[in-house]
Amino acid sequence: MTSGSNGQPLVRLSHVDKWFGDLHVLQDIDLSIDRGEVVVVIGPSGSGKSTLCRTINRLESIQQGEIFIDGERLPEEGKALARLRSDVGMVFQSFNLFAHKTVLENVTLGPVKVRKQPRARAEERARELLDRVGVGTQAGKYPAQLSGGQQQRVAIARALAMDPKVMLFDEPTSALDPEMINEVLDVMISLAREGMTMVVITHEMGFARRAANRVVFMDGGRIVESADPETFFTAPTTDRAKDFLSKILHH
Amino acid sequence: MQFLIDNFNLLWDAFLTTLSISALAGLVALVLGTLLAAARVSPIPPLRGLATFYVETFRNTPLTVVFFFLIFGLPQIDFVLGFFPGAVLSLGLYTAAFVCEAVRSGINAISTGQAEASRAIGLTFGQSLREVVLPQAFRTVVPPLGNVFIAMVKNSSIAAGFAVSELSSLLPRLVNANAAQLSAVLVGVVVAYMLITLPLAFLVHHVERRVAILR
Repeated sequence: MTSGSNGQPLVRLSHVDKWFGDLHVLQDIDLSIDRGEVVVVIGPSGSGKSTLCRTINRLESIQQGEIFIDGERLPEEGKALARLRSDVGMVFQSFNLFAHKTVLENVTLGPVKVRKQPRARAEERARELLDRVGVGTQAGKYPAQLSGGQQQRVAIARALAMDPKVMLFDEPTSALDPEMINEVLDVMISLAREGMTMVVITHEMGFARRAANRVVFMDGGRIVESADPETFFTAPTTDRAKDFLSKILHH
Repeated sequence: MQFLIDNFNLLWDAFLTTLSISALAGLVALVLGTLLAAARVSPIPPLRGLATFYVETFRNTPLTVVFFFLIFGLPQIDFVLGFFPGAVLSLGLYTAAFVCEAVRSGINAISTGQAEASRAIGLTFGQSLREVVLPQAFRTVVPPLGNVFIAMVKNSSIAAGFAVSELSSLLPRLVNANAAQLSAVLVGVVVAYMLITLPLAFLVHHVERRVAILR
């Protein structure tokens, strides 16, 4: 485990276990993520990587273990949980933009309702963020009028508008047409370069190589291997990781 | 026709009574039904249980029995509502159960991702419901809500049995005295109901087209 500048990881999972009925989907997970670190989680489907990501803002509950964000234990429910979630940005595979709100309203909803910012200021900031992710001209449209890549970039802007301490990306490009994947990855890479703390579940090995500080490989609900990308992709130590990489890297 | 014109004032008063029972009961049903739906999807088990109990009680009790209970039952415990307020309340409380189920079906039709995304930006359960889930749920349930409210307007005729001079109460009243005018009275009453329900149906259709969301 590594430590941050103040000696405390930003996200820490300690002995986390979760079951879906009889299925033990997360098994004794220990994971620490430092401030500014980009951790890419990869693994076969059903390995528990999405579930892991969703436990960090408690969209999934856990049965055992503890999760800390910035030193604070993740509350189980109520206003305290909502407050903590507002510091954790999340980008979903299926975008999940609010269908009845315009792009601009999607981005300002959190700042206005949760952060209690004045609307004018929230809109100004939202427009900056939309420009930054390259969809500034779409502010008045509804999500359904946008392409998948544009929607996902709006979703990133929506998460950024809360000034999150950490961003979770749950397979952000898996629902996109191939030609739209890069426009989303480019935004993520620039975020990573600017020092955003990120947990990224993805199948994009190129992104892992370019932007990750660490690659975590999961299988069967366990973290099997954890290493810097260079080491992981060139010299994986476990057979399971070798097998996985041989299946995805040779085409 | 002449008979209806002669009795226009009577028809008009009855029409206004039916209209006001319906409007007031509709308001009660919409507000209470929405609150009940929110309670039925809430994370608090006692609240869910209470709302479910309410819905099953009112949905499975004949409306006449509800009227009877509120208008003649409550005075037994020294709570006298009066006929008109009793009619409004009976119809409103009864219809709320159906509004609740329609709204709840709308809530269930919204993808879970919408609620997850709103929770992920830090909205509380109530905020998520108000800002994200209910606005979309209402849009999907406009047609079934229209059905519920049209049925409610016609159900207001039960009030005739409880000394409220609304439209249906005219039937025995006018026909008993003028048996030859049966068809004129029937036509007059039916047309009067339609003057409420047809614009309501039109309104529903209009709202449905205006608020339809692209997905």
